[in-house]
Amino acid sequence: MLEFISQPWPWYTSGAVIAFVMVLLLFFGKSFGFSSNLRTICTACGAGKNVKFFDFDWRSQTWNLLFLVGAVIGGFISAEFLAGDMPLQLSQATIQDLQALEISGPDDLQPEELFSLEAIFTVKGFLVMLLGGFAIGFGSRYAGGCTSGHAISGLSNLQLPSLIAVIGFFIGGLITTFILLPLIF
Amino acid sequence: MKGLKFILAGILFGIVMSKSEAISWFRIQEMFRFQSFHMYGIIGTAVVLGAIAVYLIKKYKLRDFQGNPIVFTPKEMSVPRYIIGGTIFGLGWALTGACPGPMFVNIGFSYWAIFVAIGGAIAGTYMYGVLRDKLPH
Repeated sequence: MLEFISQPWPWYTSGAVIAFVMVLLLFFGKSFGFSSNLRTICTACGAGKNVKFFDFDWRSQTWNLLFLVGAVIGGFISAEFLAGDMPLQLSQATIQDLQALEISGPDDLQPEELFSLEAIFTVKGFLVMLLGGFAIGFGSRYAGGCTSGHAISGLSNLQLPSLIAVIGFFIGGLITTFILLPLIF
Repeated sequence: MKGLKFILAGILFGIVMSKSEAISWFRIQEMFRFQSFHMYGIIGTAVVLGAIAVYLIKKYKLRDFQGNPIVFTPKEMSVPRYIIGGTIFGLGWALTGACPGPMFVNIGFSYWAIFVAIGGAIAGTYMYGVLRDKLPH
């Protein structure tokens, strides 16, 4: 059993489990949306004193912070106990495209060129992560949600605004992939 | 403990994000280069099954475990807000290969570099709060 779930999960299993998590939260009386946690963290740190947007009772969002803690634990369990020996089966075309950018193939889940400690202590590596994160935080709040809130919850509820947001996600993703990454790497 | 169920749901989320490799920078690159069906299959399956579940919840007016009606709040219509906000989000998503959920799952994998992205995301959220009234919505 453990061996079975330690393999990489096929897309249909993964998609079904994600839908299950979303439905589970609905039956808990909540709505699946991860990026709200970033706003809650700002408020919990006292941002509500100066900025109206953060002036709300963040304790009402404790459930979502607990979900966040669970996500970290889930990652830890996967890394420690469910790590299979199957390497990531990245498509050959992607491997070649990334080689052209001098980013080495998938030995691990993440590329060394971005996620290693050596990389993060270079100016380029630090700025890529910092500015990338900044855009994610700014953009998800501006759009009112991220992949979970818009692409999963919103599209499941057939919300046109969510479809527009997902189109935006792709416009931005394509700009980074085909214009910014070749400039940076 | 009332909060335990949310931690357990989060653990399941963290595991599925890991085992589906959706937390991998490589998989996000593959998606934005349209070179594999993997990520589209994951999101597509989740949306189709999610839509069926939402439809059934509405049709049979199902209630949550505490007996309260399950309500869906429609999102306010706007184009600039979702297109501009979404595009900015997408720029960062393809750069770090992680959207907000996977960012935190990465901590469990001891990819400490992700803390820089998380710090950036909190700063970006704060900056949105500061500039909110000046932005087109």
